[in-house]
Amino acid sequence: MNIHEHQAKKILQTFGAPIAAGVAITSLDQAEGAIASLPGPVWVVKSQIHAGGRGKGKFKELGADAKGGVRVSFSAEEALANAVEMFGKTLVTQQTGPNGKAVNQLYVEDGADIDRELYLSILVDRETGKTSFVASTEGGMDIETVAHDTPELIHSVGINASTGCTDADAATLADAFKLEGSAREQGKALFKNLYEAFVSKDMSLLEINPLIVTKSNDVQVLDAKVSFDNNALFRHPDVMELRDVTEEDEKEVEASKHDLAYIALDGEIGCMVNGAGLAMATMDIIKLYGAEPANFLDVGGSATTERVTAAFKIITADPNVKGILVNIFGGIMRCDVIAEGVVQAAKDINLEVPLVVRLEGTKVDEGKAIINNSGLNVIAADDLDDAAQKIVKAVKG
Amino acid sequence: MSILINKDTKIIVQGLTGKTGTFHTEQALAYHGTQMLAGTHPKKGGQQWTSADGQNLPLFATVAEAKDATGANASVIYVPPAGAAAAIEEAIDAGIDLITCITEGVPVQDMVRVKEKLDKSKSRLIGPNCPGLMTPDECKIGIMPPSIFRKGSVGVLSRSGTLTYEAVYQTSMAGLGQSSAVGIGGDPVKGTEFIDILEMFLADDQTESIIMIGEIGGSAEEDAAQFLIDEAKKGRSKPMVGFIAGRTSPPGRTMGHAGAVISGGKGGADEKIAALEEAGVRVSPSPAKLGVTLVDVLNG
Repeated sequence: MNIHEHQAKKILQTFGAPIAAGVAITSLDQAEGAIASLPGPVWVVKSQIHAGGRGKGKFKELGADAKGGVRVSFSAEEALANAVEMFGKTLVTQQTGPNGKAVNQLYVEDGADIDRELYLSILVDRETGKTSFVASTEGGMDIETVAHDTPELIHSVGINASTGCTDADAATLADAFKLEGSAREQGKALFKNLYEAFVSKDMSLLEINPLIVTKSNDVQVLDAKVSFDNNALFRHPDVMELRDVTEEDEKEVEASKHDLAYIALDGEIGCMVNGAGLAMATMDIIKLYGAEPANFLDVGGSATTERVTAAFKIITADPNVKGILVNIFGGIMRCDVIAEGVVQAAKDINLEVPLVVRLEGTKVDEGKAIINNSGLNVIAADDLDDAAQKIVKAVKG
Repeated sequence: MSILINKDTKIIVQGLTGKTGTFHTEQALAYHGTQMLAGTHPKKGGQQWTSADGQNLPLFATVAEAKDATGANASVIYVPPAGAAAAIEEAIDAGIDLITCITEGVPVQDMVRVKEKLDKSKSRLIGPNCPGLMTPDECKIGIMPPSIFRKGSVGVLSRSGTLTYEAVYQTSMAGLGQSSAVGIGGDPVKGTEFIDILEMFLADDQTESIIMIGEIGGSAEEDAAQFLIDEAKKGRSKPMVGFIAGRTSPPGRTMGHAGAVISGGKGGADEKIAALEEAGVRVSPSPAKLGVTLVDVLNG
C-alpha cells in the first residue's frame, strides 16, 4: 500500500526525522490559509499523487511549456497562483502511465536552503534476506540511472535484525554520504530512527530522494516515499486509515474487498485463475497465441462460491473484455467450488461473451459435471494449451 | 532415492486443529501411509485430533514435546499469517530438521527475523507461501494434489504452487513421473532457494532430469543459472527444462506473489530466460509444453 508524501513525512516526524514545516490541502479554499501559516520567503507547492517523477511531470490540461508538479515559489502570491494552476489537474509522470493521475491534494511546504542532495532508501534485500539501506551522494536524480551509469556511487548496507541499526552501521552510512560535523551527528541519529520507522511500521519501501544537507550543515528529509507491506497491514490499523482509494483502480479496489489479487490490463481476454504463477502463465500463453489478457486475477487457494462470483463480476465489468478464460488447477482449491461459482455468476450477470473453462486437480470430475449440467454455453478445454487456443479463437474468430 | 523426504520421514503438524490443517493431514495420512505422527496446539496439549475417518493423532502443547514423544524430524505449518513466524521459530528451537511453512501472507519483516535465526541453525525451511513437497508413493508434506503424481525420474522445483502441478501433471502424462517435487514459495524472503534444491537434484541418483519453474522478480533464476554453469564445469549436469512466468506482466505491479514484481528494471522475464538458456536449460515458451519439451530434450 502506498501513501502520499505528506502522510509519509508525518510518520517519519513521529520517529524524530527532521521535516520542513508544511500543510496539506484537499481543497483550494484551504490554500491561502496554508500559505499564510508558513513563514516564507520560499514556499514549495507539491502535487500529491502516488507516483514518482512529479517535478519533471507535465499537466495534461496545461501547455507543454507549463511547469511541473512540484513548484518553488518566491512569494505568497506566486505560491497561490501555482496552487490554483495545479489543483484538480491531471499530472502525467514517468510512473503514472499516459493517463496520468488527478491531483486532488497539494502539500505546501517551507522552502529549504539546499547545499547537497543525497539519496537514501531502505528496503528488504531479497538476496541477503536483510533489511538494507541504499545510500548515494547522487540525490535528487533518478536512482536507477545512477545505478546503471555509476554503480560505484551506490552503497548498500545490510542490517542484522537482531541488533538493528548499530552505531557502526550509522557511521558507515555517514561515511557513504560524506557527512561532517553537525550533519554527521544528525545523520547518524536519523539513520537509526528511519530504520526503526521502517521495521516497526512494516514498510516495504522507504525512499528519501533527496535527503538534503542545508547551507547551515543540517540534514533534512526533503521528499519521502513510503510503501507498506500489505501482508502486515493487519497489525497497523493506523496505517490502513491512510489509504487513498482514489489513487487506485476502481476494479482493483472492489477486488481487494473480496481478497482477490486483481490487476487491470489493456487486453480483451478476461482471466480467472488460481495461483499467482499460473495466473501469470495464463496471461503469457494468451499472448503466445496472439491475443492480450485483460487482467491478472488470482482467486487464491481458499475461494468460496461468493468470491468466485465477485471475481466474475469484476472481470465482466471491464468493457474491453470480449471473452473469458477460467483456468483452475485445484490443489487446495476444489474444482467443484469453482464450477459452482462460475455457473452462479454466469447466470447472475447474464454472460454474453464466450467462456472457456479448463479444470484440473482436486474434485475435477465433480466440477466438470456441474459445468456440463448447468445448461450454460461453456466451451470445455482439456488442458491449458487447448484452453488458450479455444478462447483466442472464440474472440478473434 | 529422492530428495528431502521419503517413507521414513516423521512429521508433526503445527496448526493441525484448524480446517486447513485437518483437511491436508487427512489427505497426507491417506497418501501411502505418510507418517503424520502428532499435532501441536498451545492450549490443547494432552488432547487428541480425530480425522473424518476416525484416525487419532496426539496433540502436544509445544513442538519440543511433540518431537520428544514421536521422534519427528519434520514439521508442516498451517497456522495463520500472524503466528506463522513464531511457529517457524518454535520449530527451529526444537531442532526440527525440515520445516515446511504453507502459510501465505507472512509479513516480510517477520521472515527477515526468521531468516537470521535460520541461518544460525541446522534446520531447513521450505516456504513460506508454498505448496510443500512430495516424493511420489512415499511421502506428502503440504497441499499438492496427490492424484497427478507418478513415481519416476523428473525432479520438479518451482516458485509457484499451481505451476508445480502443471509440471507434475505433464511429466506424469508423458510417462516420466517424478523423483520429488518441491515448491519453494513465492515470497521475497524464504527459507530455501532454487540453488539449494538444484544441488540436491544433481546429487540424487533417481533424478535423471529436472524441470525448474521461475517467475518475474528478484534474481534467483539468474543465480540458479550461474550455479548450473559452475557445476557443469565440474562435470555435473542433468537435462533441464525451464519456464519463467510473467513475460507479459507490467513493471512495478506485484503479481499476486509478494515476490513477483519487476522493480527498478530488475527481475524481468527476458533476462531470466536468457540466463537459463545460457546455462543449457531448454526454456519452454508455453506453460502447457513443459512435459513434451522435456521429452524432446531427453530424446536429443
